[in-house]
Amino acid sequence: MFAYYLQLGLRSLRKNPLLTALMVMAIGFGVAASMTTYSVFRATSNNPIPNKSSRLYVPQIDNWGPEDAAENKGEPPSAMSYTDAINLMRDKRGKRQTALYPIGLSIVPDDVNMLPFRENSYGVYADAFAMFDIPFIYGGGWNAADDDAHSAVAVIGRELNDKLFRGANSVGREINLNGRSYRITGVMDKWHPEPLFFDAVNTNGFDDPTEVFVPFTRAVELKISTNGNNNCNRDAGNGWDAWIHSECVWTGFWVELPTTADADAYRQYLNGYSAEQQRAGRFKWAPNTRLRNVMEWLDYQKVVPQEAKVSLLVSLGFLLICLVNTVGLLLAKFLKRSAEIGVRRALGASRKEIYLQFLIEAGSIGLAGGVLGLLLTGLGVLGVSLVFEPDIAKLATLDMSLMALTLLVAILATVLAAFYPTWRAAQVQPAWQLKSN
Amino acid sequence: MLKMTHLSKVYRTEVVETYALRDFNINVNEGEFVAVTGPSGSGKTTFLTIAGLLETFTGGQYHLDGVEVSNLNDNERSKIRNEKIGFIFQAFNLIPDLNVYDNVEVPLRYRGMKGPERKDRIMNALERVGLASRAKHYPAELSGGQQQRVAIARALAGSPRLLLADEPTGNLDTQMARGVMELLEEIHREGATIVMVTHDPELAARAQRNVHIIDGQVVDLAEDPRFHQAVHAARANSPA
Repeated sequence: MFAYYLQLGLRSLRKNPLLTALMVMAIGFGVAASMTTYSVFRATSNNPIPNKSSRLYVPQIDNWGPEDAAENKGEPPSAMSYTDAINLMRDKRGKRQTALYPIGLSIVPDDVNMLPFRENSYGVYADAFAMFDIPFIYGGGWNAADDDAHSAVAVIGRELNDKLFRGANSVGREINLNGRSYRITGVMDKWHPEPLFFDAVNTNGFDDPTEVFVPFTRAVELKISTNGNNNCNRDAGNGWDAWIHSECVWTGFWVELPTTADADAYRQYLNGYSAEQQRAGRFKWAPNTRLRNVMEWLDYQKVVPQEAKVSLLVSLGFLLICLVNTVGLLLAKFLKRSAEIGVRRALGASRKEIYLQFLIEAGSIGLAGGVLGLLLTGLGVLGVSLVFEPDIAKLATLDMSLMALTLLVAILATVLAAFYPTWRAAQVQPAWQLKSN
Repeated sequence: MLKMTHLSKVYRTEVVETYALRDFNINVNEGEFVAVTGPSGSGKTTFLTIAGLLETFTGGQYHLDGVEVSNLNDNERSKIRNEKIGFIFQAFNLIPDLNVYDNVEVPLRYRGMKGPERKDRIMNALERVGLASRAKHYPAELSGGQQQRVAIARALAGSPRLLLADEPTGNLDTQMARGVMELLEEIHREGATIVMVTHDPELAARAQRNVHIIDGQVVDLAEDPRFHQAVHAARANSPA
């Protein structure tokens, strides 16, 4: 009967092209507006590391005190001081941990015809590669001994490897960074988590892929300053040593804690550590620490732009208005066919059959609206940059999943909108209808 | 075949109760051709819609082909309508968007019949009413008589046990009405049970038995001289 009802539905739609066009346009525009804004929302609210997001945590330690925290609703700073980062690395209370910070590195190619260029680079600890599930095409990360020895080693990205070594296995070869030679231990496969969770503080969650990692310890030893935010609540003093031992916050910190019990234990450890700093006279306030997993951290950092949330809500409201209009149009269309419904009921159609016939007809309107919605969503995605920042706008893509979702939403929304008109149609009393004829 | 005992149908509003049928009793045997007559508003059509399970009744009992129908749900009533009853309406009630073939196909679709069997039945029914060559025409392209023949073909295609006709010639001119009536008589001769509501005494006279309804009740026609006069006049005018 499905094919029969679909055939009847399409015939009915062809019979009144103006009414059909109005309904298809209402659904198409409503769905396109929602899907365009959803594509942005989806990209910004994506879980960048779904397998581990509940096991990776950012610890925060209040090294500035209640006065500064009060300005931030009592929250500790989002970054960590070098002192605290090094202490947490030393204690190694997590399964894995890394301090990290973005650094500016110039890559000097061996090829004299190529000019030096810069790539997004980070100083990290060896644990970062396993913690963040970074994939490799050649080799791998360095080891803890390299961290301790401040070794001149590096991991580079696939794109950089293509550029410098034409895609060949470059493990063991040298790369010149800031005029110094580093031995390549591994070449990453394409790795570009969105949002860029591990450095949401400096990137707001979105930036180009990282192409170079070097040991944190090596970067500090070479006095390579941060390429990201450096926030101080008082004068840091003069010189490198004064700066890294100041209370300025500029390092990120991630720890892997496999179970909730581990996380609870780590919270206690953070409080214990802060209390210890209080006892030592460094902190003059009670421990104020936080421990957030990946999604909590992205939420706290407000990685999803406010305008993405607002536009999604507005567009869903628009879809709702379109659907209410569709309800009215469907009601008019279906009840105009009361005589047909009466005849069908007299000839043996149960209410269920009438429901089915009209819901399938509504579904075919939804499908047509979905196809129009797909075209408009495609245009909408191209025009997202008119509303959003370029870094965010480029994340909005019309991929297969969004296409399927657009069609699904259009069909489901229309069928939902058709429930009331269909219910009214199924209530047509055949006796009255046939008597009135 | 059809037996109603002390059946009543009441339409209720907040202020008034209207009895469309009251203590209504009728028994139609298998193979009978019964004409139901009565003045406008007497309850003829209400009787027919209840008989066709298009409407529920308020009290009493109704047995159709041995089945008491008062407790059946919508699905069961629809199934009986589809399999046992054929309807012929005064206004034809063809679906204007469907061609003749598709109109006749409607009840067979609800029966879940396979395509080849549907096609056989549709073409047989259309040949029987002499409209096989008009299978692809739309109702608007046919005369009133032809539309009623399509409606009869639609009623016959499912081989119903009971044919319910509501003023089947009411919208037709004399010649077309005669043709439709002859078709009904032919169907009856082949064994169908027919209950026909009509205002027309001439048509009523051609049925095997007449049932007269006044104010929602069946009245004894033997005691109503007006009926005998009407039948006598109709027979005198009949060409046969």
